[in-house]
Amino acid sequence: MIELMQVTKCFNAGKSNEFTAVDSVSLTIGQGLVTVLKGPSGSGKTTLLTLIGCMARPSSGRIRLNDINASFFPETSRKGGFDISSLPERFLTEIRRDTFGFIFQQFNLIKGITVLENIMLPAYPTGRGHALFRKRALELLEMFNISRHETSRVEWLSGGELQRVAIARALINDPAVIVADEPTAHLDSKLSCEFMEIIGNLKAEGKTILIASHDPIVYDSRLADQVIEMRDGRITGSGLVS
Amino acid sequence: MFKVRKSTYYLVFLVSCLAMFVAMTLHVRYGQAEAKTGSEYRASLAEKLMITDLCLFTEARYTRHPSMADLDTPFQDHPVSLEHFPSGSFVSPPDFTARLHELIH
Amino acid sequence: MSSFINRHRNIIDFALSSLLRRKIKNISLLGVYTLIIFVLASLIFFVHALRREAALILKNAPDMVVQRLMAGRHELIPVDYGQKISSIRGVQDVVPRLWGYYFDPAIGSNYTVMVPRDNMVQPDNIIIGTGVARVRKASVRDLIAFQAYDKTPLLLMIQQILPYESELVAADLILMSEQDFQSMFNLPKGYATDLAVSVANPRELVTVATKIAEQFPDTRPILKSEILRTYDSVFDWRGGMMIVIMSAAILSFIIFAWDKATGLSAEERKEIGILKSIGWETSDVLFLKFWEGIVISLSAFLCGVLLAYGHVFFFSATIFEHALKGWSILYPQFRLVPAIDAFQLTVLFALSVLPYTVATIVPAWLAASADPDAAMRS
Repeated sequence: MIELMQVTKCFNAGKSNEFTAVDSVSLTIGQGLVTVLKGPSGSGKTTLLTLIGCMARPSSGRIRLNDINASFFPETSRKGGFDISSLPERFLTEIRRDTFGFIFQQFNLIKGITVLENIMLPAYPTGRGHALFRKRALELLEMFNISRHETSRVEWLSGGELQRVAIARALINDPAVIVADEPTAHLDSKLSCEFMEIIGNLKAEGKTILIASHDPIVYDSRLADQVIEMRDGRITGSGLVS
Repeated sequence: MFKVRKSTYYLVFLVSCLAMFVAMTLHVRYGQAEAKTGSEYRASLAEKLMITDLCLFTEARYTRHPSMADLDTPFQDHPVSLEHFPSGSFVSPPDFTARLHELIH
Repeated sequence: MSSFINRHRNIIDFALSSLLRRKIKNISLLGVYTLIIFVLASLIFFVHALRREAALILKNAPDMVVQRLMAGRHELIPVDYGQKISSIRGVQDVVPRLWGYYFDPAIGSNYTVMVPRDNMVQPDNIIIGTGVARVRKASVRDLIAFQAYDKTPLLLMIQQILPYESELVAADLILMSEQDFQSMFNLPKGYATDLAVSVANPRELVTVATKIAEQFPDTRPILKSEILRTYDSVFDWRGGMMIVIMSAAILSFIIFAWDKATGLSAEERKEIGILKSIGWETSDVLFLKFWEGIVISLSAFLCGVLLAYGHVFFFSATIFEHALKGWSILYPQFRLVPAIDAFQLTVLFALSVLPYTVATIVPAWLAASADPDAAMRS
């Protein structure tokens, strides 16, 4: 589904503080599978996620997406996929919005706004009918058992509830790929296991899941189909867990 | 469950403001038409009495009859008011009035 | 199209939620903003309506008024000047005007005393304006005691009170017969206050005025166009009160815009990052900020202008009353005929809505063009 070929990301290129965060990474992420990027902090996991998630462009190398629905992309050539590293910003935003659902380490919810609105936020600029995505947001609240917080502000919620709001927000546009960066960093073991349960459900729905984590609850989970170890921007080991 | 969106409230507010703007312009037309007889009366009175100025401020010659005032003359004001721009618009005249009247009468 | 509307309605939803987070701050900002626009719009309405009214009333003013000047002051003019002026070619008619001021020591107010043509008032009678009737608490057939020039009392009876509609031209008028005027002020024989000159062909007005000024070097002709121009520039922005109000308002707009232009807090910056990371385009973020600016500034503009309209044309500009009254005891009470100057309202719109909205967008634009992965790194 997602193919990375010799992807490199440099920061401050050409300056004295040049720093290569991701170094010649080649990788295939299979559709409907759970892929875990494992490695210490600073190993380039997050940068790799931002590259795959169309938030930043690689300095060199290609990232191909296959079987993606995008309005600008004719349906006939969809099977062949396309290279996101050369797309203009506008198309990248559309892909990011419709194809990827992000779960951030800090949750990145907007304070002072109700839970329901936070969940609906990624759908706002799509131009879809408000009633449609409101219904979907309410269903997600129901699904994650946080309906009672619909009109609460996010700052009144506990960590586990925030996590579920963040997941619901990631799912509002019904993306094909879920990208999670250190999702269990702020959760205790019980909540982390609950999170993995949710991931299991999403996998069962056929979502492709990509998680960066150094938490054994995640990378040792039986849900992980593929674990990729990273260090200093390079892949040091990868294995398909049967 | 149906909830009115905030944007709906705001758009209703905007639309009603704009409607009131339209009403305002209509009121201008209506008001001018309604005041026509009054305006005509004022104009005819002004013509008959050969009036050259509006009665807006009565305290000084050059404010009561601005178009007739000999503008090169100072002290043509209220008995105790000295008008000098810009200070005149900030400083009120001293309260000599009472004493002045006693002196005169 | 529907997707465009949906997108904007969604963004407006969020802009409103976002503003409501700082409810007290934003509502008081809206209130102050509305107040400033209210004051400015009230001035615009008031001044424009007054100028329009002045033009309507004075369109039939005398073609020319000839004053005599002596030692730099307005002096009485000999009536025989008028006979000579009427022999100038083009002059249709010359009418000596008798008028002056009377200070009423009992009340402390000034009246304008005038002798109308055509024996409109019988001797021992007066016609008074509504303002005079109001301050003297007088009604028709009442006797009013005046002090003549030699401090002897002069009793005159009110024959008529001018109708309310005349307030704007005649509130302080006292019309009396020439005979009473004479006994009140003791004018030297053969003199008038000034001369009203009418000219057959308005195009010859300037020529006639030049001839008068040449033949009578001690006179000053005042043309109708000058009279009209006087009222076109009354309440000019350079006037003391006007400049104080205008500069205060403009400074406030600058402060509002400055606050927006410089104050993108770390929190707001972070929010823009979050929005971008969850798939908002730069243009979506800018529209969000645009709507946030519009909700404050456009609402304030609309409310302020509507309130000002009500204030000036339904409540006779009560807030300005004290400033307009000044030191006068007799203050005309009139209800202005509504009038709108679209151009001035457009300028007010451009001055109040545009800078604020632009100042809201620009810093957000700088922040929103950053890469969305910034949110991931926070």
